[in-house]
Amino acid sequence: MLYREAGDFKTSYRSDQQTFPILFDRIALAVALVIAFFVVPFFINDYWVNAVFLPFLIYAIAAIGLNILTGYCGQVSLGSGGFMAVGAFSCYKLMTAFPEMSMIISIILSGGITAMVGIVFGLPSLRIKGFYLAVATLAAQFFLVWMFNKVQWFYNYSASGQITAPERSVAGFVITGPNASPISVYIFCLCFLLVLAVIARNLTRGSTGRRWMAIRDMDIAAEIIGVNPLMAKLTAFGVSSFYVGIAGALLFSVYLGAVEVGEVFGINKSFLVLFMVIIGGLGSIFGSFAGAAFMVLLPVLLKNIMVGQFGWATDIAAHFEFVIVGFLIIFFLIVEPHGLAMLWRIIKEKLRLWPFPH
Amino acid sequence: MGAEFYFGVEVFLNGLMAGVMYALVALGFVLIFKASGIFNYAQGVMALFAALTLVGFQNGQVPFSHLINAIFGTELHHFSWQMPTFLAIICVLLVMVVFAILVEKLVLKHLVNQEPIILFMATIGLAYFMEGFGDLMWGSDVKKLDVGIPQGGNLWVEESTAFLGGDGFFGFYLDTLDIYASVIAILLVSVLVLFSQYTKIGRALRAVADDHQAALSVGISLRTIWVIVWCIAGFVALVAGIMWGSKSGVQFSLSLIALKALPVLMLGGFTSIPGAIIGGLIIGVGEKMFEFLIGAPFLGGATENWFAYMLALIFLVFRPQGLFGEKIIERV
Repeated sequence: MLYREAGDFKTSYRSDQQTFPILFDRIALAVALVIAFFVVPFFINDYWVNAVFLPFLIYAIAAIGLNILTGYCGQVSLGSGGFMAVGAFSCYKLMTAFPEMSMIISIILSGGITAMVGIVFGLPSLRIKGFYLAVATLAAQFFLVWMFNKVQWFYNYSASGQITAPERSVAGFVITGPNASPISVYIFCLCFLLVLAVIARNLTRGSTGRRWMAIRDMDIAAEIIGVNPLMAKLTAFGVSSFYVGIAGALLFSVYLGAVEVGEVFGINKSFLVLFMVIIGGLGSIFGSFAGAAFMVLLPVLLKNIMVGQFGWATDIAAHFEFVIVGFLIIFFLIVEPHGLAMLWRIIKEKLRLWPFPH
Repeated sequence: MGAEFYFGVEVFLNGLMAGVMYALVALGFVLIFKASGIFNYAQGVMALFAALTLVGFQNGQVPFSHLINAIFGTELHHFSWQMPTFLAIICVLLVMVVFAILVEKLVLKHLVNQEPIILFMATIGLAYFMEGFGDLMWGSDVKKLDVGIPQGGNLWVEESTAFLGGDGFFGFYLDTLDIYASVIAILLVSVLVLFSQYTKIGRALRAVADDHQAALSVGISLRTIWVIVWCIAGFVALVAGIMWGSKSGVQFSLSLIALKALPVLMLGGFTSIPGAIIGGLIIGVGEKMFEFLIGAPFLGGATENWFAYMLALIFLVFRPQGLFGEKIIERV
């Protein structure tokens, strides 16, 4: 009744191959976009933007990036934190070295720099597989964080070792620094997320994505049918790092404003992004959104309940948060190892038959 | 020979000792990976949890006291007794056994036949859970663990090696605790090897490690074996926790030793116990010598954080299964 594909006939290849072939999906997407662009901005304040919306938008980009690598190409990476740091620091260097340059360009360029670093660290993936690779990506994580800590050139020789985003504006709206307004920042990140998500969705539907998935499912078999593993793995590492780098650049410049590398881009960030991907669903763009929303909202919710309602000390609440996050991860893996995206798929199946399931 | 050389030798010896400590943690990983194919990220947190529980029992702390105080407004902190170390260790062992049974019953049982990455994620979830749980239970402040192992430089070693150098040389400085740790590690490994070679359970463990299905078909219960393996891993975690805990205090950072053990595993191979030991020694010596020779003078120090990973990474490019790992055979 609600979710129909019967009667939705296509008369041209173009309409058959569009990104969202089902009418209901298109309507839902349009409604979501209208709400995101025209409704949310009028209701949000500083707290909502900083606690919920910005982290959600930024982590969704990072989760899409990691999902491309881990979910679509099957290469487990624990180095996302390090790659986010590359994005953040290249953004900082670009912003300070070329003050005239538009923020949009410097963020895209920092994504590009991260992509190159990612390709370099992706090279061993041709020889190293499975868990060995997962642990090998930790090398990237620790080495990059150490490098940004030790080489002073990266933070312009500042005494504290911190990097601070100078004030920049896009089309007259201030988006970095303390004077940025919540709405312009929100719209800026939303645009980035939207464009990147559409690109990711189409990349994964096309031949590139099919090559990644062939490598994921069985790399030797893929090689035999003519998929070049070198190209497939390296493009996956490159594209994934590009996304993760952009997320890192946004996290630093727009969201946090000032960053100390060991604190913000440590190993916990890598795990956080990995959790988003796993809980959301491996190999699903929608899953990346769902996972990011879940992992961003959960701590806010728990904190509000435990500190706000019960009045417990914050350290007890923090420990409880660990317990609950850990429990939920195990719970999700047991109940639905394919994540929230799979749950959504099941709901759609049910909706298709509703209200006459037989 | 100059003082530099002797200092180098001292760094080498200390690296060996550090390597033994890494190997202790890596051992727990290898045991579980061999028997169940699970890469147990929670091993480091298990060591932390074991050490926390040990301190808690020793001092007679009330479990969950912060939580109880927060909910009921009471002022509980300690019971009025103190437990002797030996008894406390036995109690912690019991706790680890209960933990192993619970993990099998509540987590692993439901995840049979899932992909390795899912199981790996589940152990990360477990690690988060136990980290929060341990802190809730015993509080998150840094605790001092004292099980009667003396600390500080070992005078005997210093005096007996002092004759080697000239006037300015007073012998090698080795931490007594590290020496104890090495001896205990050697004992532990010997016991484990004897156990797996000469007992019935040990044989069953090896059978499961070789081939799950074949082991099942001759009547070995996989679930019992998993519980036993997690118990042994808990025991190894306790030993590692005691050693690291008395070295640097029982605190959150103890769980990060898992990250130190990962390159050891990669180097030695995930499935080899000798590999874990030798990998640990190579990494321990390698990172100390690198820091001493190249890191501190030229790169600004603190290279220990990543050197082990880089070494393992470069090594793996040439030998993807590690030093002693099983040869990876790929079939379509």
